[in-house]
Amino acid sequence: MAGFIELMLERFKVYREPGYYKRFDYWWAMVIDLDRCTGCGACVTACQAENNTPVVGEEECGKGRNLSWIRIERYIEGEYPNVKVKFIPVLCPQCDRAPCEVACPVYATYHNQDGLNVQVYNRCVGTFTCATYCPYDVRRFNWFTYNKKNFLKGNGGSSTSFEPPLDQQLNPDVSVREMGVMEKCTFCIQRIRAAKDRAKDENRPIRDGEIQPACVQTCPTKALTFGDLNNPKSRIAQLAGLSTAGDLHYLRESGSKISDISSNPRTYRLLEDLNAAPTIFYLKRVMKNGSSTAGHE
Amino acid sequence: MAHQQQGTSNISYREVNDDVIKSMTETGRGFYLVLAVCIVGLALTFGLPWAYQIYVGQGVTGLQSPEYWGLYLTNFVFWIGISHSGTLLSAILFITQTPWRRSIYRSAEAMTFFSVVTAATMVFIHMGRPWNFYWPFPYPNQREMWTNFQSPLMFDVFAIGTYSTSSFLFLYFGSIPDLAAVRDRVTGWRKRFYGALALGWRGTDREWHLLQKAYTFCAVFIIPLAVSVHSIVSWDFASSKIPGLNKTIFAPYFVIGAIYSGTAGIITLMVILRRALKFEKYITKVHFDKLGMLLVVMSLLWTYVNVTEVFTGWYANTSYENEALKYRMFTTPSAYLFWLMIACNAFFPLLYIFRKIRLSIVASLLISIGINLGMWIERFLIIETSLPRKFLPFMWRDYHPSWVEWSITAGSFIFFTSLFVLFVKFWPSFSIYEIKEDIGIPMERKGR
Repeated sequence: MAGFIELMLERFKVYREPGYYKRFDYWWAMVIDLDRCTGCGACVTACQAENNTPVVGEEECGKGRNLSWIRIERYIEGEYPNVKVKFIPVLCPQCDRAPCEVACPVYATYHNQDGLNVQVYNRCVGTFTCATYCPYDVRRFNWFTYNKKNFLKGNGGSSTSFEPPLDQQLNPDVSVREMGVMEKCTFCIQRIRAAKDRAKDENRPIRDGEIQPACVQTCPTKALTFGDLNNPKSRIAQLAGLSTAGDLHYLRESGSKISDISSNPRTYRLLEDLNAAPTIFYLKRVMKNGSSTAGHE
Repeated sequence: MAHQQQGTSNISYREVNDDVIKSMTETGRGFYLVLAVCIVGLALTFGLPWAYQIYVGQGVTGLQSPEYWGLYLTNFVFWIGISHSGTLLSAILFITQTPWRRSIYRSAEAMTFFSVVTAATMVFIHMGRPWNFYWPFPYPNQREMWTNFQSPLMFDVFAIGTYSTSSFLFLYFGSIPDLAAVRDRVTGWRKRFYGALALGWRGTDREWHLLQKAYTFCAVFIIPLAVSVHSIVSWDFASSKIPGLNKTIFAPYFVIGAIYSGTAGIITLMVILRRALKFEKYITKVHFDKLGMLLVVMSLLWTYVNVTEVFTGWYANTSYENEALKYRMFTTPSAYLFWLMIACNAFFPLLYIFRKIRLSIVASLLISIGINLGMWIERFLIIETSLPRKFLPFMWRDYHPSWVEWSITAGSFIFFTSLFVLFVKFWPSFSIYEIKEDIGIPMERKGR
């Protein structure tokens, strides 16, 4: 019986990963160095431009309906003059055991072979369950069809979103979403796909650093790093302190804490105790007095 | 004797037929007035706002990140809860051969079916793209798309589908002899209509036998089903990681709440029906007495489960759970709602301990409406005080429903009422043959 199950799993793997994927396996991940982050917000702007995210205007932002896929969370502690400000960029951590994926009744969100948590806009029926289940609150909903003029003014769909000539700046590689669908950070999957195509034509794996999502590309202080975690020699594996194949295997198979695995004492994952296995690794900020703190708490 | 207990012993067979059929064939001006109010109200509070929402987008609601679930889901859970007593109560009382069930069960079962239908509309209203409503059903299609059987929402699709189908069948099977009785007494289009519905019932021995079998099967089938339906609805919430929702007690918590609110719903309905249709001689104070006893038990159970629910949150002692609990009870802008709920559901129903209160129609009406108000608040609080306090404090934000949501909430009550108004006109709303069983055989009674 066990042999049969193994055989079926092997078959399933072949079915899932034809051709190219059989030879080259990726696990996309990101490292965010909070010591380098200045909280400038360039990543937020870059993401907005790259991914055709509508600008919804002041009123809708006030209601908590801004559609930016990455945000800089600010936490202010203490009273003047002893004020401490902490900040941390939060984007979809593409959890390995994602709570959102089990929630969707129609498979509009699923885990792809590259370890990405993928959102299929066309399939989404808008039950909101994925966004509710998401502990990181990184999912964004299209409350209106932002790319056409709304028939009633004052109901979102502010005039700033994609009115001519602004429609000329839309990214042709990314779909413009209609109302009623959920969306979220994709790690710029259009760039990943393009790089994979190129690598396939040249019959080689994707080189480390070949792909840069918009936020990573824009970051002036290089606080964000993107790469393949399956490759122990990649820059992110080094930064996160996961530089042996054994580390990665352990990380993937067990639910243990990153601090038990990583050789870098600064590495942590946001809300790790929820056991969603996020694949964004934050590096704690080192303070003047030598103590190190996470972005928040 | 059963009939002596209920004070129905001095009614003749003919009178029962006459009363029920009169309520269906003789339509007064009052009925048309109520119907007109229902239709206009439905269009204004339900139809138009929903059309507006579909046209413009979900943005017309007060939902935002992270408050993605709002009044619509509150109403969904509320109506599923209301549906829980009709059929369940009827089935349990049928199996235990309780005599006072007979004159109330038909409308209780109808209440179940209509509130499931109302709950289902809430799901479609809640969807971002309701025109794709059929996608969560597993049907073979050219795109080779399949549904996600891991999803608690998927369980919901099946649970509610099964529940509405079987509660309709339960209602229908029990009505067949009455539909035949109506068929034999009416003329014109009604004759054809009820003739088709009665499925050629002749009242032979064999037919009664088969009916009894089918009905008993349904009753036995529905009891575990009703428990599972609300457990599954609770898993929509409990299988998330959200503080305040991620609790193992949620299934019994929801089921008990559902039976509680459903029983209260039946009492409200009984008071209105016996007044509107002048059925005082069939729905007697005995019924209110018994249902009142049931409510006291449910109230105590509800209190116990609520205390346990709060206790498990407190005992977890994580900063998330503590914050969610604090928010629910004290710091939310509508914190008084929590205490109003406790008063309505834990304290006022205890008045039912006194027989005098149980026999008072006015007190019954007030307490039962209070319970359902409290139960609506409970569902509201479960959702609206958990989601605004998720894990990352940067995203904390309070929820303010928009007028569209309030309007559709009111509309859902009108929707339910409209269905019920049509039901009492087109369906024998009391079980003719079972009330007759209650009265006893006329020949035997003569001597008394």
